[in-house]
Amino acid sequence: MNLRRDVFQAIADPTRRSILLLLASQAMTAGAIAANFDSARPTISKHLQILTECELLQQEQTGREIYYHFNPEKMKAVADFIEPFRQMWDERFNKLEAIMKKQSPKK
Amino acid sequence: MEYKTKVQAEAGKQDITITREFELPVDLLFRAYTEADILEQWMGTSVLKLENKRHGSYQFITTDPKGNKHGFNGTIHEFAPGSRITRTFEMENGSFGVQLEFLEFEPLGEERSKLSIHSIFRSVEQRDGLLKLPFAYGINMAHDRLQEIAVKLNHQA
Repeated sequence: MNLRRDVFQAIADPTRRSILLLLASQAMTAGAIAANFDSARPTISKHLQILTECELLQQEQTGREIYYHFNPEKMKAVADFIEPFRQMWDERFNKLEAIMKKQSPKK
Repeated sequence: MEYKTKVQAEAGKQDITITREFELPVDLLFRAYTEADILEQWMGTSVLKLENKRHGSYQFITTDPKGNKHGFNGTIHEFAPGSRITRTFEMENGSFGVQLEFLEFEPLGEERSKLSIHSIFRSVEQRDGLLKLPFAYGINMAHDRLQEIAVKLNHQA
């Protein structure tokens, strides 16, 4: 079993994505999160644990309750991953545009 | 900042959409995909075969900075001049499987056009693998450069 916890792995699961979506607007306790899903409570706990381990969620103690917060900084890591791919295509397309502008009889 | 080239790759999905607007009439944009000598220039690849027709196929070979050769190939399923190419794409020595690509060329007035490439992979893992490739390549390049510098420093010492 692969125990490596990265952001990609964390967001590959649809339930975990729903949890992130839920927490994007407000911090919630594990119980309140679980109430939104049909899955068993331990299953949701496991998802919360994975999301917390890869720092997509942060726990915060408020009185007797533990609230889960969404950490948007970590989501940026995913965007950063895609950025080199985007740049590669951007460079190719810039080249394409420059070459074709020379081909155009009007210019 | 708004980028000219946009990449959409939703988490947990097995597709990628690349869109780009060009300051080119749509016919010129389309030609960049169908004329081998032009395609070779902007893709940085050699074109061994490019049959622009339904049931046609294509084959490219690219040499990376280290001199390694990488083959690419695919089959054309739909070819509508100036508007659409549907084809498969496969990296011959990669582990990303075969992808299905929908290329759509759209005029935006006389002098502008838009290209959308929708690529579908067999699995989320294969898609993420390909997405990460330029990232991993960048890290390897940086690593190689570090090694070169380290070797030079060693020689000087």
